[in-house]
Amino acid sequence: MTLVNGKDFKGRVHKALKDEELRANFRRAMDGLMGKRAMQFTDGDEWTRLRNLGESIKKRALSKLPELLERLEENCTKNGIKVHWARTVDEANSIILEILKSHDVKTVVKGKSMVSEEMELNHFLGDHGIRALEADLGEYIVQMAGQMPSHIVMPAIHMNKGQIAKLFQDNLPDTPYSEDAAELTAIARKELRREFMEAGAGLSGVNFAVAETGTLCLVENEGNGRMVTTVPPVHIAVTGIEKVVENLSDVPALLSLLTRSATGQPITTYFNMISSPRKEGEKDGPKEVHLVLLDNGRSKVYRDTETRDTLQCIRCGACMNHCPVYTRIGGHAYGGVYPGPIGKILTPQLEGLDEYPEHASASTLCNACVEVCPVKIPIAKMLVRLRDENSGNCPHGEHPLKGRGAKSSTIENAGWSGWAAMNASPATYKVATTAMSRIGNLLPQSAPMLKEWTSVRVKPKFAKKTLHQMAKEMGLKDE
Amino acid sequence: MSRTPIEKPKSVYFFGTCLVDLFYPEAGVAGIELIKREGVEVIFPQAQSCCGQPAFNSGQRDKARDVARAQLDLFTKDIPVVLPSGSCAGMMFKHYPELFEGDVDYNKACALANRVYELSDFLLNVLKIKLTDKGEPMRVTWHGSCHSQREMGVRSQPKDLINQLENVELVELKRETECCGFGGTFAVRQPEISAAMVSDKADDVEATQAQKLVSGDCGCMMNITGHLDYRKSDVQGLHLAEFLWERTNDPR
Repeated sequence: MTLVNGKDFKGRVHKALKDEELRANFRRAMDGLMGKRAMQFTDGDEWTRLRNLGESIKKRALSKLPELLERLEENCTKNGIKVHWARTVDEANSIILEILKSHDVKTVVKGKSMVSEEMELNHFLGDHGIRALEADLGEYIVQMAGQMPSHIVMPAIHMNKGQIAKLFQDNLPDTPYSEDAAELTAIARKELRREFMEAGAGLSGVNFAVAETGTLCLVENEGNGRMVTTVPPVHIAVTGIEKVVENLSDVPALLSLLTRSATGQPITTYFNMISSPRKEGEKDGPKEVHLVLLDNGRSKVYRDTETRDTLQCIRCGACMNHCPVYTRIGGHAYGGVYPGPIGKILTPQLEGLDEYPEHASASTLCNACVEVCPVKIPIAKMLVRLRDENSGNCPHGEHPLKGRGAKSSTIENAGWSGWAAMNASPATYKVATTAMSRIGNLLPQSAPMLKEWTSVRVKPKFAKKTLHQMAKEMGLKDE
Repeated sequence: MSRTPIEKPKSVYFFGTCLVDLFYPEAGVAGIELIKREGVEVIFPQAQSCCGQPAFNSGQRDKARDVARAQLDLFTKDIPVVLPSGSCAGMMFKHYPELFEGDVDYNKACALANRVYELSDFLLNVLKIKLTDKGEPMRVTWHGSCHSQREMGVRSQPKDLINQLENVELVELKRETECCGFGGTFAVRQPEISAAMVSDKADDVEATQAQKLVSGDCGCMMNITGHLDYRKSDVQGLHLAEFLWERTNDPR
């Protein structure tokens, strides 16, 4: 069974918009997150400086991505970390399965990793008799509910305390119903503590992989990331190839941008820097550390200098927290692993426009995401690019995206040709607008586009005279 | 980051925009009157049509460029081009240079982009207009368009103008900076999401108990008032220019 599916976007949107509890959960949560972030960036100059720095760090890293990845491999290897390259999700899954099998692992405990969601790793391992248990509280909740994360930073943000209380009561033996956040956390903590001790391996994501030193940085709040990377005898880190940064000195700025943008925290409770397996004489840490570097379409995104900016993302989630569309429909409606504005541009690039044909159009181009993106990804510009690609009239010829022309429509193209002919010729424009102001109001409500418009609005009313006519009557100079 | 203030010019071009031309010409007239009252001549090239944004945002870059190109030769004097819309101004200011990149008309496009002003920004920061309120006491609220805020840096200017009016009480929306759900063809391509957004916006408007909703962009206004009228609300929507002109001109 797969939970990832780009088709029937509108069906899922319809369902989400009708779910009042869901909408209230998102509205409340997003309002809270926007408020917290705003408190972190009260100094506009500091914000501008820092995000310019963040952008330049990521751009510099991407500008020499192949070289940095090789340096990362070299330095990780020196540190005793085994590096694996995976072109596809299937390759990455097989690599991990082999590692787990060679250690006869029955249970792997997981820290939060969106890349592992991309891989549908839990299902894959389950099919091969290995249990993958999510140890991040939000992920633990959605796994119990049989769902996908609805947010890249806060996976269970679509649920309220009552829903979580019910879920725990139904799924964990001897658990009384409690809506108290501290009690709910304590319940999960007790369950997970035992699992950390018994698991044969731990799996985590990576926030920043430092090429210079071969260090894997992991940002988290619950301590589960530290547990999964230190307690089990084997630690496997999975990451997309775009997470590499050049130098250790690049990390502080990105870390600050990440935590402040994501949750409004000046810094997270835990910041892990993993640089090797357990060394001789050390008392803790895994005996083996593996790093799996996944491409899964990223190098295609990379080779086009315009779409490359997508890979600057540090996965803070601020774009979705501020998105009026995401706030209304929630994360699951998108159908992909990555929801919200970043998902709208990343998912069709990784999976193909034909798989996610509605993503690019599901935006008002309001630019709220662009305004808060800590690494200045031009999301709106990218959405327009994807719309060009969708329509198939795309002049960006060098590297067509998979599924180009997915929304190409002869009727729509003809409509736009007519529109352009009318607006590019002053004479035609004059005839057409004069005609519209005379008879435009006779258009029936069932006319194309008007039907959708009038589902919740009255018909727009053409004025009796155009501004062109009125300007002439006012005697304004026409030159 | 509003546009760099310049000295008060002797004359300006007025780009009416297609929505104003067809649906809200009174807003255009009011904008022109406000500028003229400050002693500035207004030139209205009759050959103007649309900025090209509808096609640009719909994946029809070539057609957008055709229409945009038709505007480039109409505004060639080195004087400001004023638009009663932050969105169309944003199209010219921000997207023309990008649309004409590598094109023979690139320099022309940039020259035009650099002279584009959103109306309220122009009235306040260039003309330094001082308004004398002649209207009855009234409560209004303000909706700022996304593109005027985030592409033209027009945030407080319209509210500063409204606040110059002595008898007007401005009650701000709870989510003033949030999109109304118009988004051009978004409203018909994703009608359900758009409906949810405009409905929330209308709730916010009604909660202010304002008599009028003032906006600087006719796209947003058509959307919000279209829905307010649909739900038979008493709140009346109008363009900032029309509102300011109504309250400050001498009755004829």
